[in-house]
Amino acid sequence: MSSAKEIKKWYFIFLAVWTLIADIPFLFMLFTSIKTQTELLMGNTWQVPKNPTIGNYSTVLHGSFFYYLKNSVIAVSISVVLILIVSSMAAYIFARMKFALNNILYSLIIAGMAIPIHVTLIPIYILTNKIKLYDTIFALIGPYVALSLPMSIFILTEFMREIPIELEEAAKIDGCSMFRLYYNIILPLSRPALITVGIYNGTYLWNEFVFALVLTSSPEKRTLPLGIWDFQARYGSDIPAIMAFLTLSLLPMLIAYILGQDKIIKGMMAGAVKG
Amino acid sequence: MQKDKASKLMQNIGILLFLTPALVLIGIYIIWPIAMSFNLSMFEWDGISPQKIYVGFNNWKNLLQDTIFWHAFFNNVKFIFLSIIIEMPIAILLAVLLDRGGKKFDAFKSLFYLPMLMSSVAIGVLFKYIYDPQFGLLSGILSFLHLDFLTQDWLGDPKIAFYSVVAVICWQYIPFYMIFFIAALSNIPHELYEAAKIDGATQGQYFWRIELPLLSPSIKTACILSLIGSLKYFDLIYVMTEGGPSNATELMATYMYKNAFASFKMGYGSTIASAMFMIITTAGILAYFATKKKEA
Repeated sequence: MSSAKEIKKWYFIFLAVWTLIADIPFLFMLFTSIKTQTELLMGNTWQVPKNPTIGNYSTVLHGSFFYYLKNSVIAVSISVVLILIVSSMAAYIFARMKFALNNILYSLIIAGMAIPIHVTLIPIYILTNKIKLYDTIFALIGPYVALSLPMSIFILTEFMREIPIELEEAAKIDGCSMFRLYYNIILPLSRPALITVGIYNGTYLWNEFVFALVLTSSPEKRTLPLGIWDFQARYGSDIPAIMAFLTLSLLPMLIAYILGQDKIIKGMMAGAVKG
Repeated sequence: MQKDKASKLMQNIGILLFLTPALVLIGIYIIWPIAMSFNLSMFEWDGISPQKIYVGFNNWKNLLQDTIFWHAFFNNVKFIFLSIIIEMPIAILLAVLLDRGGKKFDAFKSLFYLPMLMSSVAIGVLFKYIYDPQFGLLSGILSFLHLDFLTQDWLGDPKIAFYSVVAVICWQYIPFYMIFFIAALSNIPHELYEAAKIDGATQGQYFWRIELPLLSPSIKTACILSLIGSLKYFDLIYVMTEGGPSNATELMATYMYKNAFASFKMGYGSTIASAMFMIITTAGILAYFATKKKEA
């Protein structure tokens, strides 16, 4: 039947059109980043650069790009490690221990998933000032960890409940302590969920903007998203340099995506797909 | 008996130790701030001076009469509506086409994901220049197509700015919902498709009679996500327009931020934040029960 083939052709055309819509902005970014300011002003904006230059990239890399990158790496990695430790400990209790407050506490924490972070912004700003953490990377870690906990605890608890209990019971008879049950049995078996939670929070925090905007102020203390913001405020007229900065800032996520496509996508969706 | 009591005690100590870090962090950074926000909404305070002036419910009275706040709230509502009617159909269509194409279309998926890898700030900055009337990609394309007359001051004109920004947000979120629907479609057994084909069903019939009904729980979930997300949206709007020009793109969150951190009205900012909290929580609960009921 030619009509089925015909239909497939239309599918293909529609998807190709969407490819243009989804990706042309990236080509514009890339092409502009290797143009000189003069070429951009003289030529057509959508044109392929005639004399590609890496000058804009060296401008960016000689600026504070690496500060921002370093701060992002530190803030996000410390936060993710703490999130994994704190949430897996709590999840283990909620998944396995019988005590009176279990369900109430768990429900309260899960309700935290629906809290709009903006309601916490002003008080956290005041608190951060009070405890003299304002304008340090550590100002970010507290809120980053705490605000990620409800979702992380939820995902981990649901996962741990599915782990068969027999292994632990056997270990308990052998006199295994609670900590060793958690550390030697539950944690290794929860690896897939821990990876998902790590990626979910890692990608989310990597792009976090509003807390970094409010809790830091000097360039040496700011994370990459704020770096983009600062850079475009300072170099507003140098569009090629800004595009080079944007391209560089996309690289870490792009590399992570290329290395672990399926895991990254699954991690990003973790917040949405709640069973 | 003695031993039992001792081990029970040990277990309770263990539970306490394991829960303490999470409970302390949640207490300090979530519960206390919510209470504090409502408390601060009763004061006039610049955030710096040691003196907070108690004003009772004055901030709340002012909020009710604040036309900018209601304008921002209305923008949030418009934003919910627009993002749902634009994002969902396109995301569903893309997901269905990709699903039908099978492995052959896998390359498209990776190309579609790209916007998801970029932070909202980066997207905002990028599109500021795409919209630039002189050097922007959009006016470049329009002039290439000899449609120069369509070129606008996309972000500078209060009548257009809101839609320009919403278009970018849709561009950013369509891949997200697309993956969401792809995951849902993958749960539909492919035999169903084969069976429908044998029964002589057209592709259109298959979509309306089988795929769409089976997707409907996912569509509801996606709409709730979009609803809640739209009510608290901040990043991209702040980066692209800071709520301007003349409040055209103002949302509750940008208005709250500006009051608290640009005008240093911490009390009034807290009032807006608390109002947002009540609005979003109510909307969430209503949406939750509305979809629950229909399923039962």
